Amino acid sequence: MEYFFHITILVSIYGILALAQNLVMGGTGLLTIAGAAFYGIGAYTMAILATSFGFNFFTVLIIAPIIAGLIALLVGASFARFRDDYFLLATLGFLMIFHTVVRNWETLTGGSFGIAGIPKPYIFNFTFDTPFSFVWLALVILLVVLGICYFISRSSFGRVLNAIREDEDALRIFGYKTSVYKLMAFAIGAGITSWGGMLFASYITFIDAKLFTVNESILLWAMIILGGVGSNRGALLGALLLITIPEILRFVGFPNEIAGLMRQCIYGLLLVFLMIYQPKGILGKHKL
Amino acid sequence: MKNILETKQLVKSFGGVHAVDHLSINIPVGQITGLVGPNGSGKTTLINVLSGFSHHDSGKIFFSNTERGEIKPWENQIYSITRTFQQIRLFDQMNVLDNILVMLTERTFLRAFFERHNQYHLKCAEDILKKVDLYEKRMHQAGDLSYGQRKLLEIGRVLAMNSNIILLDEPFAGLFPEVVKKIEIIIKELKEEGKTIVLVEHNMNIIRNLCDHLVVMDAGKILAEGNPEKVLSEKIVLEAYLGE
Repeated sequence: MEYFFHITILVSIYGILALAQNLVMGGTGLLTIAGAAFYGIGAYTMAILATSFGFNFFTVLIIAPIIAGLIALLVGASFARFRDDYFLLATLGFLMIFHTVVRNWETLTGGSFGIAGIPKPYIFNFTFDTPFSFVWLALVILLVVLGICYFISRSSFGRVLNAIREDEDALRIFGYKTSVYKLMAFAIGAGITSWGGMLFASYITFIDAKLFTVNESILLWAMIILGGVGSNRGALLGALLLITIPEILRFVGFPNEIAGLMRQCIYGLLLVFLMIYQPKGILGKHKL
Repeated sequence: MKNILETKQLVKSFGGVHAVDHLSINIPVGQITGLVGPNGSGKTTLINVLSGFSHHDSGKIFFSNTERGEIKPWENQIYSITRTFQQIRLFDQMNVLDNILVMLTERTFLRAFFERHNQYHLKCAEDILKKVDLYEKRMHQAGDLSYGQRKLLEIGRVLAMNSNIILLDEPFAGLFPEVVKKIEIIIKELKEEGKTIVLVEHNMNIIRNLCDHLVVMDAGKILAEGNPEKVLSEKIVLEAYLGE
């Protein structure tokens, strides 16, 4: 049963990350690889504030998105002139800078040794220290994030973001300062992503820079594209599938020597076939 | 006649080519001004510059006698200008209704963030879609519409913008006669509402039928302007444009 809760917690964390990045990529069409950086910023904010300053999880729940959002505003404003693949490369640069800072600022981040002993969340003398209790916390935050994403996608703001994805230049002609909308979407996405990082840090209780690499960003891309670009339900489904499929493949019974490789191959083939036969993803209506 | 839009010595170049070459043009308020000329004469470039889609190199642009420096496209709503595109530019992966609703949305981020489209917005959008015969298609993706329907949706967006100055870049190109009639009626109604319309068009019958004022362009300059019938009978126009 603990294994089931563990998988549910991971699905919830990646569900939050996928929903947040879907807002930026699927909703607005901003190709970004900075997802892992904001995931890491959330995790490090949690780890540093909890271990060095004794902050509680629920206090950091307010602080982390503000920090991530402000960094996103700064980064987004600096990258405002870039579009499409140029923006993508710029965000990759930002992820590399994040990594360099985290690995080298040892006094703050622990460098290569990371930060251990991150406390579990607690409230009113109740500590979320078992997978059973933690799963509820993760699901509640996931539901809040889902609510925010639905609120945005059904607001006029969400419709404008979709129009930016479709034809930004045409939209500007109709009186929209699209750079502001893109910047806000980027910052909101970063803020929500930081919650995923916080949850991860306080669940695993240890983090280091290797957990927030470009591979994590690509995994988030895969979740969004698999589930369906621009669809909140699709992002959740993508997270569910890409967390559970590798776990299910553990039980297929491959010989131990090649089990890992076979799992990776099947996992990769599934993605390739899906892109050939369902390029908009399982629940998607849009292309990137 | 008072002018709502004027250019003075306007220049826009691409490389060494002057697409708009020291052009001084007057657009009278509340009238339909036709803009004709051979391909490459600078009509679309002029529309692009006036709508802020591209920036002019030199010269001056006046809206209601007030000079606008560099035209920023997002200021078009403030100056009450809208346009259509020669190559249709819809929000293809959004439905037809949302293509209209996005025109009716608050422009500032915070207001748009908390705004839900209400019954008033919905009724406005649906009335517009009925006017352009797209009500039945309102839930279809814009990208799935036929060419004629896509042109009509662009006109629908213009109606939703409710701007005083409307720049129409070949709105009749490649359309079935029935759709042409529909758009002609809409343009006449817009004029009756007091809107100023600049119409880029190649069909001389449509120009004669709709326009109060005609400007003929060639190589980025004005070849002739004035009353359409008079302009179209001028020898220089017949030679340069109509090949007669």
